Amino acid sequence: MLVWSRWGRGGLWALLALIVGVFYVLPLAVIALASVAGEWNGMLPRALTLANYAGVLHGDSGGQLRVSLVTGAVASAIALVVGTWAAIALRAIAPAPRRLLDILFFVPSAVPSVSIGLGLLVAFSQPPVLLNGTVAIVVIAHLVLVSAFSYGNVSAGLARLSPEFEEVAASLGARPGYRLRHVTLPLIQPYLIAAFSLSFAMSMGELGATAMVYPPGWVTMPVGIFALTDRGDVFQAAALTMLLALSTLVVLVGLSLVPTRSSNR
Amino acid sequence: MTAVAALAPAAAPPDRGGFMIVPPLLVLAALFFYPLALIATQSVTLASGALDAGTYAKVLSGTLFLSALTHTVEIALAATAGCLLLGFAMSLILTFVPFPGARLVARLIDLFIALPTFLIAVALTFIYGSAGIFNMSIMQATGATEPPIDFLYSMPGVILAEITVYTPFIMRPLLAAFSLIETAQIEVASSLGARAWRIVRQVILPAAQPALLAGGSLCLLLTVNEFGIVFFIGAKGVMTLPLLVYGKAIQEDDYTTACVIAVVNVALSLALYALYRVLVARAGAGRGRR
Repeated sequence: MLVWSRWGRGGLWALLALIVGVFYVLPLAVIALASVAGEWNGMLPRALTLANYAGVLHGDSGGQLRVSLVTGAVASAIALVVGTWAAIALRAIAPAPRRLLDILFFVPSAVPSVSIGLGLLVAFSQPPVLLNGTVAIVVIAHLVLVSAFSYGNVSAGLARLSPEFEEVAASLGARPGYRLRHVTLPLIQPYLIAAFSLSFAMSMGELGATAMVYPPGWVTMPVGIFALTDRGDVFQAAALTMLLALSTLVVLVGLSLVPTRSSNR
Repeated sequence: MTAVAALAPAAAPPDRGGFMIVPPLLVLAALFFYPLALIATQSVTLASGALDAGTYAKVLSGTLFLSALTHTVEIALAATAGCLLLGFAMSLILTFVPFPGARLVARLIDLFIALPTFLIAVALTFIYGSAGIFNMSIMQATGATEPPIDFLYSMPGVILAEITVYTPFIMRPLLAAFSLIETAQIEVASSLGARAWRIVRQVILPAAQPALLAGGSLCLLLTVNEFGIVFFIGAKGVMTLPLLVYGKAIQEDDYTTACVIAVVNVALSLALYALYRVLVARAGAGRGRR
């Protein structure tokens, strides 16, 4: 306890309540309330309705939920495979080149998303590969943006992994492929799940690169939300934002409940 | 062979096959470095196909670019300062003046890392926007015809939104650093009559410094790269580098100019990323020494 006086403590708690209330609770509460508001001209909405949700689910936005979920799942899955592969393969490399390669795999996280989108547009609007206007370019943009986080999470897991398990397995004659499937990957499973979860959450909320590359037939929720606010359909925008946040959280909570080996024991 | 084996200590099991790194490296090269290189090439290519660095001179001296660069840096610095202040204050109270539910509050704030950044921008327009709850209430009460609160659609609005969104990124490493401080040390100091402020300055702040530097530099990087918040708030006159890249490429179809600005933006981001890596490495080394 840093502060002993009752007044001092009370004052600090009041300060914290004020900060958390103004910066975090109020925005969440307001957007949740706006998503069920029929009309709102004062402190509180005049009427509550589910029409906004019905509107976004039946209109264009229903498809956008599916587009976002598919893009997020596919991009995160590929990023997980590539990132895990890279992190595991890097362990066989000598320390000096390994440090350099490690930085290379992290660099995509430092580049602004809009520039990643611009690069993909420039690169794949000309031969040899034409992808402009396809679904693939959106998935690739998301894959590039989340790849560093997948890689980072898996390498953090591998760094904490005690080498003895793999050494014992190897000394018992387990071949590398068997060792990978039955020893290494199960041991770092929590990190694999964390990597996928973070990638998925980032992909669901991605806007900068998507705005650069999306074709008219593959509109993600963030792009759809922007279109709604731009049109002035603010309550439907709030409903779609809530839908985006809730669907992300449902997937994250679901993934956190996946039983792992360490929790079974 | 023996030398290599000696160099690769227990950390790596005897996996041979460094060539296994090639497939993921090819993916990275094809989907990230190749497009990045093409941005650089395109930035010195004229519409006619001729190579010319003249676009740089023209773009970089233009008022639009200069104001975007200034805005980007100002917003990033102000938002990062705000995040550091807010994150430090909240982490301090949550850790050292705890109360039942303190963990829950920390979880709530951490939740924002998983949410899209523009969510806050949408929420703020409902609260402080021209048709938001405060303005509508005040206008109804006073009969004013103009919204009295109008900071949202300018720099302060963008900065407020970014502080909200990026403070959790400061708090994560800070709460971890605070959890390593021996509470007994603080109990003794404060029971001996040391003033809280003195303990913060002499014990807590030095221990938190590496986390603050690492978190602050990450915040700078993220706020320089931020697109969604500025895009959604749609503040007139607040043009940032990512927004300018988007505007030039998508709205004006001027790819050469967009690429020139993207090169500058990427260079700035990479410099900040290098700073972040250095500070994180130093924070890690500092922890190792203790």
